[in-house]
Amino acid sequence: MKVLYFAWVRERIGKAEEIVEPPPSVRTVGELMRWLRSRGEEYERAFERPVVRAAIDQVHVKPEAVIAGAREIAFFPPMTGG
Amino acid sequence: MSAPPSAATAPVTIRLQREDFDVAREIAALTAGRSDIGAVVSFVGLCRKGEGAEAITAMTLEHYPGMAEAEIRRHVDEALVRWPLTAVTVIHRHGRLVPGDNIVLVLTASAHRQAAFHGAEFLMDYLKANAPFWKSEERAEGARWVEAHARDDEALTRWRS
Repeated sequence: MKVLYFAWVRERIGKAEEIVEPPPSVRTVGELMRWLRSRGEEYERAFERPVVRAAIDQVHVKPEAVIAGAREIAFFPPMTGG
Repeated sequence: MSAPPSAATAPVTIRLQREDFDVAREIAALTAGRSDIGAVVSFVGLCRKGEGAEAITAMTLEHYPGMAEAEIRRHVDEALVRWPLTAVTVIHRHGRLVPGDNIVLVLTASAHRQAAFHGAEFLMDYLKANAPFWKSEERAEGARWVEAHARDDEALTRWRS
Protein backbone atom coordinates (compact mmCIF):
# COMPACT_ATOMS: atom_id res chain seq x y z
CA MET A 1 0.00 0.00 0.00
CA LYS A 2 1.05 3.58 -0.64
CA VAL A 3 1.98 5.66 2.39
CA LEU A 4 2.43 9.45 2.27
CA TYR A 5 4.15 11.70 4.79
CA PHE A 6 3.79 15.46 5.22
CA ALA A 7 5.54 18.35 7.01
CA TRP A 8 7.83 17.29 9.88
CA VAL A 9 6.74 13.65 9.59
CA ARG A 10 8.07 13.74 6.00
CA GLU A 11 11.28 15.51 7.06
CA ARG A 12 12.06 13.08 9.87
CA ILE A 13 11.49 10.00 7.72
CA GLY A 14 13.35 11.57 4.82
CA LYS A 15 10.85 10.78 2.08
CA ALA A 16 7.43 12.00 0.94
CA GLU A 17 6.00 8.60 0.02
CA GLU A 18 6.75 4.92 -0.27
CA ILE A 19 5.12 1.57 -0.93
CA VAL A 20 5.02 -0.68 2.14
CA GLU A 21 3.83 -4.23 2.73
CA PRO A 22 3.00 -4.69 6.40
CA PRO A 23 2.29 -8.21 7.66
CA PRO A 24 -1.37 -9.34 7.82
CA SER A 25 -1.36 -8.89 11.61
CA VAL A 26 -1.28 -5.11 11.01
CA ARG A 27 -4.99 -4.32 10.72
CA THR A 28 -5.51 -0.73 11.90
CA VAL A 29 -3.95 2.68 11.40
CA GLY A 30 -2.58 2.58 14.95
CA GLU A 31 -1.01 -0.83 14.31
CA LEU A 32 0.47 0.45 11.06
CA MET A 33 2.07 3.35 12.96
CA ARG A 34 3.57 0.94 15.49
CA TRP A 35 4.85 -1.29 12.68
CA LEU A 36 6.39 1.69 10.87
CA ARG A 37 8.15 2.72 14.10
CA SER A 38 9.88 -0.65 14.14
CA ARG A 39 11.46 0.04 10.76
CA GLY A 40 14.23 2.35 11.95
CA GLU A 41 15.34 5.32 13.94
CA GLU A 42 13.96 7.87 11.45
CA TYR A 43 10.48 6.30 11.75
CA GLU A 44 10.80 6.13 15.51
CA ARG A 45 11.53 9.87 15.57
CA ALA A 46 8.70 10.68 13.16
CA PHE A 47 6.11 8.86 15.27
CA GLU A 48 7.53 9.48 18.77
CA ARG A 49 5.02 12.25 19.49
CA PRO A 50 1.43 11.03 19.90
CA VAL A 51 0.08 13.93 17.85
CA VAL A 52 0.60 12.42 14.38
CA ARG A 53 -2.69 12.22 12.49
CA ALA A 54 -3.78 9.96 9.66
CA ALA A 55 -5.99 9.91 6.59
CA ILE A 56 -7.16 6.91 4.58
CA ASP A 57 -7.84 7.70 0.93
CA GLN A 58 -7.79 11.42 1.80
CA VAL A 59 -10.31 11.27 4.66
CA HIS A 60 -9.30 11.91 8.29
CA VAL A 61 -9.41 8.73 10.39
CA LYS A 62 -8.76 7.66 13.97
CA PRO A 63 -6.10 5.09 14.99
CA GLU A 64 -8.81 2.39 15.27
CA ALA A 65 -9.66 2.69 11.56
CA VAL A 66 -9.15 -0.55 9.61
CA ILE A 67 -6.65 -0.27 6.77
CA ALA A 68 -7.96 -3.18 4.65
CA GLY A 69 -8.76 -1.95 1.14
CA ALA A 70 -6.97 1.38 1.57
CA ARG A 71 -5.22 2.71 -1.53
CA GLU A 72 -3.40 5.57 0.17
CA ILE A 73 -2.63 6.20 3.83
CA ALA A 74 -1.16 9.55 4.87
CA PHE A 75 0.51 10.59 8.13
CA PHE A 76 0.94 14.22 9.13
CA PRO A 77 1.14 16.67 12.06
CA PRO A 78 -1.95 18.62 13.22
CA MET A 79 -2.91 21.08 10.49
CA THR A 80 -1.80 24.72 10.59
CA GLY A 81 -3.32 26.28 7.47
CA GLY A 82 -5.48 29.35 7.08
CA MET B 1 -19.32 12.83 -0.99
CA SER B 2 -22.19 14.26 -3.01
CA ALA B 3 -23.30 17.84 -2.56
CA PRO B 4 -26.51 18.42 -0.63
CA PRO B 5 -29.52 19.66 -2.65
CA SER B 6 -29.18 23.25 -1.45
CA ALA B 7 -25.65 23.34 -2.85
CA ALA B 8 -26.85 22.74 -6.39
CA THR B 9 -27.71 26.34 -7.12
CA ALA B 10 -24.85 28.05 -5.31
CA PRO B 11 -21.71 28.42 -7.44
CA VAL B 12 -18.61 27.30 -5.54
CA THR B 13 -15.05 28.19 -6.54
CA ILE B 14 -12.18 26.44 -4.77
CA ARG B 15 -8.60 27.04 -5.85
CA LEU B 16 -5.24 26.02 -4.41
CA GLN B 17 -2.46 27.96 -6.03
CA ARG B 18 1.02 29.37 -5.65
CA GLU B 19 0.01 32.66 -7.26
CA ASP B 20 -1.43 35.63 -5.42
CA PHE B 21 -5.13 36.51 -5.72
CA ASP B 22 -6.89 39.82 -6.27
CA VAL B 23 -9.73 40.27 -3.77
CA ALA B 24 -11.62 42.84 -5.86
CA ARG B 25 -11.43 40.67 -8.95
CA GLU B 26 -12.67 37.63 -7.04
CA ILE B 27 -15.61 39.57 -5.59
CA ALA B 28 -16.45 40.90 -9.05
CA ALA B 29 -16.39 37.36 -10.45
CA LEU B 30 -18.59 36.13 -7.61
CA THR B 31 -21.27 38.78 -8.13
CA ALA B 32 -21.15 39.12 -11.94
CA GLY B 33 -24.62 38.81 -13.48
CA ARG B 34 -26.25 38.25 -10.10
CA SER B 35 -29.13 40.32 -8.74
CA ASP B 36 -29.95 38.03 -5.79
CA ILE B 37 -26.85 38.81 -3.72
CA GLY B 38 -27.32 41.38 -0.99
CA ALA B 39 -24.13 40.78 0.97
CA VAL B 40 -20.60 39.57 0.34
CA VAL B 41 -18.29 38.93 3.28
CA SER B 42 -14.58 38.59 2.54
CA PHE B 43 -11.92 37.20 4.85
CA VAL B 44 -8.27 37.53 3.85
CA GLY B 45 -5.56 35.84 5.89
CA LEU B 46 -2.09 37.36 5.51
CA CYS B 47 1.44 36.33 6.37
CA ARG B 48 2.55 38.25 9.51
CA LYS B 49 6.14 39.14 10.28
CA GLY B 50 5.88 38.46 14.01
CA GLU B 51 7.77 40.51 16.61
CA GLY B 52 11.31 40.74 17.98
CA ALA B 53 13.07 37.39 18.22
CA GLU B 54 9.91 35.77 16.86
CA ALA B 55 10.07 37.75 13.61
CA ILE B 56 9.89 35.61 10.52
CA THR B 57 11.47 36.28 7.15
CA ALA B 58 9.22 33.90 5.20
CA MET B 59 6.91 30.93 5.56
CA THR B 60 6.34 27.90 3.37
CA LEU B 61 2.92 26.30 3.15
CA GLU B 62 2.85 22.60 2.38
CA HIS B 63 -0.43 20.91 1.48
CA TYR B 64 -1.85 17.50 0.63
CA PRO B 65 -3.00 17.82 -2.99
CA GLY B 66 -6.39 16.23 -3.56
CA MET B 67 -7.30 15.95 0.11
CA ALA B 68 -6.99 19.72 0.62
CA GLU B 69 -9.53 20.44 -2.13
CA ALA B 70 -11.83 17.67 -0.87
CA GLU B 71 -11.73 18.93 2.74
CA ILE B 72 -12.50 22.49 1.66
CA ARG B 73 -15.37 21.26 -0.54
CA ARG B 74 -16.77 19.20 2.34
CA HIS B 75 -16.82 22.24 4.62
CA VAL B 76 -18.30 24.50 1.94
CA ASP B 77 -21.07 21.95 1.41
CA GLU B 78 -21.76 21.94 5.14
CA ALA B 79 -21.88 25.76 5.20
CA LEU B 80 -24.36 25.69 2.30
CA VAL B 81 -26.62 23.42 4.33
CA ARG B 82 -26.39 25.53 7.47
CA TRP B 83 -26.91 28.98 5.93
CA PRO B 84 -28.68 30.30 2.81
CA LEU B 85 -25.45 31.16 1.00
CA THR B 86 -25.74 31.96 -2.69
CA ALA B 87 -22.05 31.76 -3.71
CA VAL B 88 -18.76 30.76 -2.06
CA THR B 89 -15.13 31.24 -3.09
CA VAL B 90 -12.17 29.75 -1.21
CA ILE B 91 -8.61 30.32 -2.42
CA HIS B 92 -5.66 28.97 -0.41
CA ARG B 93 -2.08 29.59 -1.47
CA HIS B 94 0.82 27.20 -1.01
CA GLY B 95 4.58 27.49 -1.45
CA ARG B 96 6.87 30.17 -0.04
CA LEU B 97 5.31 33.44 1.15
CA VAL B 98 6.83 36.52 2.78
CA PRO B 99 5.29 38.86 5.40
CA GLY B 100 2.56 40.96 3.83
CA ASP B 101 1.59 38.26 1.32
CA ASN B 102 -1.95 36.96 1.10
CA ILE B 103 -2.43 33.36 2.31
CA VAL B 104 -6.14 32.59 2.13
CA LEU B 105 -9.36 34.15 0.83
CA VAL B 106 -12.90 33.20 1.81
CA LEU B 107 -15.84 34.92 0.12
CA THR B 108 -19.40 34.16 1.15
CA ALA B 109 -22.42 35.70 -0.55
CA SER B 110 -26.02 35.72 0.59
CA ALA B 111 -29.23 37.71 0.24
CA HIS B 112 -28.61 39.13 3.72
CA ARG B 113 -25.47 39.79 5.73
CA GLN B 114 -25.93 37.47 8.70
CA ALA B 115 -25.61 34.24 6.71
CA ALA B 116 -22.59 35.62 4.89
CA PHE B 117 -20.83 36.59 8.16
CA HIS B 118 -21.56 33.25 9.81
CA GLY B 119 -20.62 31.23 6.75
CA ALA B 120 -17.24 32.95 6.38
CA GLU B 121 -16.39 32.53 10.07
CA PHE B 122 -17.46 28.88 10.10
CA LEU B 123 -15.36 28.14 7.01
CA MET B 124 -12.22 29.73 8.44
CA ASP B 125 -12.60 27.96 11.79
CA TYR B 126 -12.99 24.61 10.07
CA LEU B 127 -10.30 25.13 7.47
CA LYS B 128 -7.73 26.04 10.12
CA ALA B 129 -8.41 22.89 12.11
CA ASN B 130 -9.11 20.34 9.36
CA ALA B 131 -7.71 21.33 5.96
CA PRO B 132 -4.37 19.57 5.35
CA PHE B 133 -1.97 22.52 5.23
CA TRP B 134 1.20 22.97 7.26
CA LYS B 135 3.29 26.10 7.80
CA SER B 136 7.05 26.17 8.17
CA GLU B 137 8.38 29.55 9.33
CA GLU B 138 11.84 30.87 8.47
CA ARG B 139 13.58 32.83 11.20
CA ALA B 140 17.13 34.09 11.71
CA GLU B 141 17.98 30.84 13.55
CA GLY B 142 16.43 28.57 10.94
CA ALA B 143 13.14 27.06 9.79
CA ARG B 144 10.55 25.72 12.22
CA TRP B 145 7.17 24.03 11.73
CA VAL B 146 4.28 25.93 13.27
CA GLU B 147 2.59 24.02 16.11
CA ALA B 148 -1.18 23.65 15.95
CA HIS B 149 -3.03 25.76 18.51
CA ALA B 150 -5.56 24.25 20.91
CA ARG B 151 -7.54 27.45 20.36
CA ASP B 152 -8.11 26.43 16.72
CA ASP B 153 -9.85 23.25 17.89
CA GLU B 154 -11.70 25.19 20.58
CA ALA B 155 -12.98 27.58 17.92
CA LEU B 156 -14.98 24.69 16.45
CA THR B 157 -16.98 23.97 19.59
CA ARG B 158 -19.26 26.97 19.16
CA TRP B 159 -20.55 25.56 15.85
CA ARG B 160 -21.52 22.22 17.39
CA SER B 161 -24.57 23.34 19.38
